Amino acid sequence: MDILTEGEGRLLGWHDPDEHRSWVRANKTRELKDKRMSVREAVERFVQDGDLIASGGFGHVRISMAFIYEIIRQRRRDLVVLAKTGVHDVDLLIGAGCVRQVEVAYAFGHELRGLSPAGRRAVESGQVEVVAEISNAAFQWRLLAGAMGIPFIPARVLLGTDTFKKSATKVARDPWSGKPVCLVPACHPDVAILHVHRCDPYGNAQIDGILVMDFELARAARRLLITAEEIVDEEVIRRQPDRTTIPFFLVDAVCEAPYGAHPGLMPYHYYFDEAHIREWLTLSKTEEGAKEYLDKYVFGVRDFEAYLERVGGVRKLNHLKRVEQLRAPLFQEDEA
Amino acid sequence: MSEAEYTPTELLAAVAAGMLEDKRSVLVGTGLPIIAATLARRTHAPQLLIVFEAGGIGPQVPVLPISVGDSRTFYRAVAATSMHDVMSFLQNGYVDYGFLGGAAIDAYGNVNTTVFGDWKRPQVRLPGSGGANDAGSLCWRTIIIMRQDRERFLAKLPFVTTPGYLTGPGAREAAGLPPGTGPYRVITQLGVYGFDEESCRMKLLATHPGVTRDDVRASSSFELIIPDEVETTEPPSVQVRRILREIDPAGLVISK
Repeated sequence: MDILTEGEGRLLGWHDPDEHRSWVRANKTRELKDKRMSVREAVERFVQDGDLIASGGFGHVRISMAFIYEIIRQRRRDLVVLAKTGVHDVDLLIGAGCVRQVEVAYAFGHELRGLSPAGRRAVESGQVEVVAEISNAAFQWRLLAGAMGIPFIPARVLLGTDTFKKSATKVARDPWSGKPVCLVPACHPDVAILHVHRCDPYGNAQIDGILVMDFELARAARRLLITAEEIVDEEVIRRQPDRTTIPFFLVDAVCEAPYGAHPGLMPYHYYFDEAHIREWLTLSKTEEGAKEYLDKYVFGVRDFEAYLERVGGVRKLNHLKRVEQLRAPLFQEDEA
Repeated sequence: MSEAEYTPTELLAAVAAGMLEDKRSVLVGTGLPIIAATLARRTHAPQLLIVFEAGGIGPQVPVLPISVGDSRTFYRAVAATSMHDVMSFLQNGYVDYGFLGGAAIDAYGNVNTTVFGDWKRPQVRLPGSGGANDAGSLCWRTIIIMRQDRERFLAKLPFVTTPGYLTGPGAREAAGLPPGTGPYRVITQLGVYGFDEESCRMKLLATHPGVTRDDVRASSSFELIIPDEVETTEPPSVQVRRILREIDPAGLVISK
């Protein structure tokens, strides 16, 4: 195929498809075995310094904050992050000094809430390096190619822009139409962390609501760690197999973490904790403030359950449930 | 509520809503785009199909979502799918309108949301493309809503995140982008712009009430095409403003 032009961004997570097949054969068990473990053990075993890591969900929607906090608590360093839509998940990892490099579709922002002080400071000071730009569609197609076991996918985005020039993609001439087309390289993250609604002990997992790109991410990643609102019996899965998004053999660790996306949103369960996110966005305007936040909510608590007590316990969590069900305004009376 | 009290954001929402035709589809982000699309559905375009990039298709959005992946983006939807699904709809030509925001724009409607200064060590780092490059590449008509001043309407962008007409006529097709697509309107606090068919350069179509052509000219670093006759936009009615308050009860966007 005729290559017309190449982006100069760094290529992350690309493996020769045959090399990846061999890795899967050697490292991914097909045994139906109980993979339940603590969040702490999962991070100890499967997240290494320098890993290429991706977070499921949508930046602050259905993200595994239980894993994010534990990665920070275990002081992982030099992580390379796929910021497909990086919002609170990536912001906290950066704010805690765990991240060295990022490939960016969307990062350093909090959607409607504005820009994120910690992420911006890290890039503008050189603490974190952006090594490639990409778009949301192209990122998701990188993962789809990884999930399919093929080296790249052609797509009609990025063309003609600086986003392309700073990406790890190439433009080639389509052998059928003769038109330029963008070739998006496959990506296999070293580790993906996902939060789901329910999962059985083996890793068969179901997600309610939009999947965003978790179908593709789960299949592209080498190690896949799952937290679930609820661990269910295998029977629950087998009763409705059409509901399974992720089959067990993709999964390396299963951890129970009710409210595991807090302060993010968990569809049908609980809404954003806007007061808590505002506390982070206010404190993280300075390095000292970010440290104060982390000392209080991550290093200062034993585990995720202790964290939930600290952020407001049952009263707060019940409020977030009511907001999700459209039965309460965003803020509680004493928060507004 | 009296007519005189409308906020600048209410005006922009009403103007944007008016551009969306019934029985068409629109890719929206959160903030003003979903407010405008919801307003259109509740007024002249009840069958406007709303899609969100994270997977929400045809929702009946009850209140302003905070995220494009918010549960409000698939509330009473016809489908809750995935980004692959929605982006493939865009790529196959199913999506008529796409909304974009921007930190800076040039005469050809190219948009920057990535950096000011050096890419490696920027003065200001912004979030990047997100789904903007995809929307700007693949939707039939993109509508850009942004603030206008001389630092934002630039002759040369520091970074082209999302394609407009690139370097001019024919450039999109030469780059491999689908023919017949591109920027359709730009809405700012001063007025509404389209693009000249011959040159693909930005052209003033309407000013907001009280805004002069000189105000418009003075707030751009590139030369705008300003025809002799331009329209004046309609201020939002009391009824429209009541609907806007229902969509954004906390006033997160609409009160600004």
